Order: sequence, then structure tokens, then C-alpha cells
Amino acid sequence: MTTARPQKLADYAPLVFPAVMLTVFFVVPFGIMVAVSFFRRVQGAFYEPDFVLANYARFLSVFFGEVLGFSLVLAALVAVVAVTIAFPFTYLLARLPRRRQVLWLVALLSIVSLSEVIVGFAWSTLFSRTAGITNVLVALGLMDEPMSLSPSFGALLTGLSYHAFPYTVLVLYPALARLDPTLMEAARTLGASPPCAFVTVVVPALRNTILATLIMVFVFALGAYLLPQLLGRPSNWTLSVLITDQAIYQSNLPFAAAMAVFLVLVSLALVGLSLLVGRKEAAQ
Amino acid sequence: MSRLLARLFMAVVGIVLAAPIVVVAGVSFNAQRTLTFPPVGFSLAWFGEIFADAGWRGALLTSLAIAASSAALAVAIAFPLAWFLWRWHAPWARLFQVLGTAPFILPPVITALGFLSFWATAGFYGAPWTVVISHAVFLVTLPLVTITLGFSSIDPSLTEAAATMGADDRTVLRTVVLPLVTPYLVSGYAFAFVLSLNEYIIAYMVAGFTVETLPIKIFNALRYGYTPTMAAVTVFFVAAAALVFSLVARFGDLPRLLGAWSSRES
Repeated sequence: MTTARPQKLADYAPLVFPAVMLTVFFVVPFGIMVAVSFFRRVQGAFYEPDFVLANYARFLSVFFGEVLGFSLVLAALVAVVAVTIAFPFTYLLARLPRRRQVLWLVALLSIVSLSEVIVGFAWSTLFSRTAGITNVLVALGLMDEPMSLSPSFGALLTGLSYHAFPYTVLVLYPALARLDPTLMEAARTLGASPPCAFVTVVVPALRNTILATLIMVFVFALGAYLLPQLLGRPSNWTLSVLITDQAIYQSNLPFAAAMAVFLVLVSLALVGLSLLVGRKEAAQ
Repeated sequence: MSRLLARLFMAVVGIVLAAPIVVVAGVSFNAQRTLTFPPVGFSLAWFGEIFADAGWRGALLTSLAIAASSAALAVAIAFPLAWFLWRWHAPWARLFQVLGTAPFILPPVITALGFLSFWATAGFYGAPWTVVISHAVFLVTLPLVTITLGFSSIDPSLTEAAATMGADDRTVLRTVVLPLVTPYLVSGYAFAFVLSLNEYIIAYMVAGFTVETLPIKIFNALRYGYTPTMAAVTVFFVAAAALVFSLVARFGDLPRLLGAWSSRES
């Protein structure tokens, strides 16, 4: 409202409750997690305070390398698939009449908020032998008998892309809804067809937005932990699954924490990069 | 030609988005205890079981209670913070805005593990109320974003006029600012409520062995085979989310809430 700086101590009063809550329940837990990642694991108990790098040293194993590599490749694939479909979709969505736009947004919000459990259950039903899409193919005469398509890498990629798609649309929506319509008009006046103008004018104009969105969706997909278990084979399990497994079932909190710290560093670096890219575009 | 292609493209996306939900809804109307589609017979028994079976009913009530209270707590954290940042020029206080956004952007498993270490260290591991606080901090981003947007949309001449007429800060807040921001506050609550209802990993890590929310119950049940009751619960989730967001759209400006500058054109 104003650019006035707080005058009295009492002006800071509204800040107290949020500051305390966020510090105690976010900064402190985060700090504890970082500390635990250096603790020593005690068989049969939780852990004991220490300063060892053993938990980080385990990253150097082949198994960990494979899981990490797979998680990164999977997240990258999901990001590319989701953005490739979502970008033209969001462009068309933002140009719809208001009423229909709102209907789409309600549908997208309802799907994006669905739990991974629900998405996983819905897709494994769709990929099942008894209630799945193969029944449709059999009815059309394209297949001889229905079969189960899950668990498999394809099922996992489909489920994750489905889960990420509405999120991607909502991340892209502000940029595409605010896109200057005269850009397109100018291209059309100069004789470009709508698809041609879209590819040669809109896409290049928003290339930084696209890059930033790819990174956001990449981080989002990196966080998936239930879909790999529900739709993928054990060889398709990601770093998030491994962290949960170590923390809950192997009771190895220090190792889980070390992996989580590593995941934070990767995510933070990527989010920072996407903010940087986004800011560059805002400045142009 | 290209307009037709555009419509076709959107229709295909719509069908793919709807497909899993349609199939699950179909399965939930099965008369038999099998997952078949198209459904054999028609029955609402599986919806009845959500309320009749003590396990499902308990999970439903637990989820609703956690979602209602954690969304309220999230708004209680977000509102004063957003108000302070709008009212005063204090760049260092932006730090708390970043803190309020971080848990939501990072992979949730990290936030979950942070809470697990914290509650275990504090000695409250497994207590139901720890889920409420954890969810509130995790989801505080949503009301923070909507309420901040609400403040930024207030015409400064309104508050200036009130101040010129002799209203102090408190009076301006109560009589001018609060009524204008309320729709954004309610949307923030709604977003946090729906997402808390669907949240799995944090609830599971913080109190998964003592508290059974609906997503946890579904995941546990999945291990012992699929039943149409799960399909019915899924339909319930989709319906609840659609209802809440329709209400937000009905009483608020959804395109604006989601980042379009103005939604009056077209």
C-alpha cells in the first residue's frame, strides 16, 4: 500500500506468528534433517549424533548411481512430454471465451489436486486386464484378448505425464494469458497462417517461459514417489521412493536424510536457474 | 481448418484427462465385487460402504478434520504475513515469503522427511495434531499466494480515502481491506483444504502408523487387492475437488486467481 518502513516495534506484531511458525516448523526441521544426514546409524536403534560422511559416501555406489540416473531421465522425459502437449493446449485455452475457460480451469484444478494414490489407482485400473483400455481394442477387433499393461515403464511414464500435465498448464497459464495479442495479429497481417504464426512468433517469444516451465515440471516429477510403486516395476523406482524406503522401512534416517539433502541441492539449483531465466524474460 | 484442428486437439486432451476418472466411476457402479468396465449391473453399494464401514468412515472423518484445521492454520499464518508485506516496506521480511513458498516447490518427500526428523526429535512422533501443523506449513504457499494477490488488487485510493477521513490502521483493515480480501482468503482456504485432503507422503511419514487418512487407507488397501470401494472413494475425491473449485469460480475470479491480468476481455 505504501512504501513506508515500519515505525514502531508494534508495527512488527503481525509478523510474529507467521515468522515463529515458519521458523519452528520449517527452518528447524530442515536443519535437523541436515544434521541427521551427518549422524551415524545405530543398528536396532534410530541413530546417534556424530559427524560422519559415510551416508554421503554411499552415493558413490553403482546402485545409487543407477537410481539417480533413472530418476533424472524419467523426470526429464515427463517434463518434455508434459510441456510439449501443455504449451499449445494452454495457448488455445487462454483464448477461449471466459465461461469455457473457467470450466476447463475447474477441471484442471480438480485433477491437479488429486492424490498420487488416486491417479495411480485410476491408471492401474485403466491398464488392467479386466477394466482396461485393451478391452476397447478387443471390441474394435484390433487385439485378440485383453491384457494387463501395468506395471511397466510405459505405464509409469503415462501416469506421471498425466499427473504433471494439469500442473504444467497452470504454470504456463499466466504467461500465455498475458501474451500480447498484437504479436499474433501482426504475424497474421503479414500473411502467416495461425499454426505458422504460433510456431514462429509465440514459441520464440516465450522460450524462456518454456525453459522455466520445463525445469518446474522436472522438479515436480522428481518428487513423485507413489506412482513409480503403483505403475512401475521395482527397477523403475525413483530417488523419492528410495528415500521413503530408507526412512520408514529400513529405519536408516541418516542415509535417507543425506539423499534428501542431495535432492534439495539439485532442486534448489534448478529452481534458482528457472527464476533467473524467468527474470531475464521479465526484464526484456 | 486450423480452428477445427485446434478444437480436435483440445477434445483429445479432454478425453485423455477424463478417461481414468470415467473408467473408475464406471467400476464404482459395479454390482459385483470385481473391477470390470463397462460395469456389470448397477449398484450404489460401494458408495454406501464408505459410510457404513467403520474403517472407511473413520478415515474420511480424520481426513476432513485434518484438512479443515490445517487449512485454517495455513490461512492464519499466511494472512498476517501477506498483510505486513503489503502494508510496510520491509525487504528483509520477504525472507518469510520465500520460507512460505519453499516447502511447496521442493519435492514433498524432503519436507516430509524434515517433519519426520523434527517430530521424532521433539518426541511427538505419531500424534495426530502433528499432521495438522505439518500440512499447514506445507500448504501455506497457497493462501499466501492468493491473499497476496488480493492485497495487490486493492485500489490504493480506497485506503487513502479511509485514512484521510481519520480511520486508523485497525479500522482501515477491518472496514475496507478485509471485505475486499475475503474472496481471496476463502479461495486460499479452499485450495489448501483440497490439497490437504489428497496429501499422502507427509501424513504418512509423520503419523502413518497411528493416523489413517483416506489416501493412506487407499494405499494400504491397494496392497491387498483392488475393490470397488476404492473406486467409489476416488469418485468422491474428484467430486469434492470439482465442487470446491466450482464454488471458488462462482464467487471469485478464477482466471485472475490463476494469474491472468484481467479476465474481462473476450
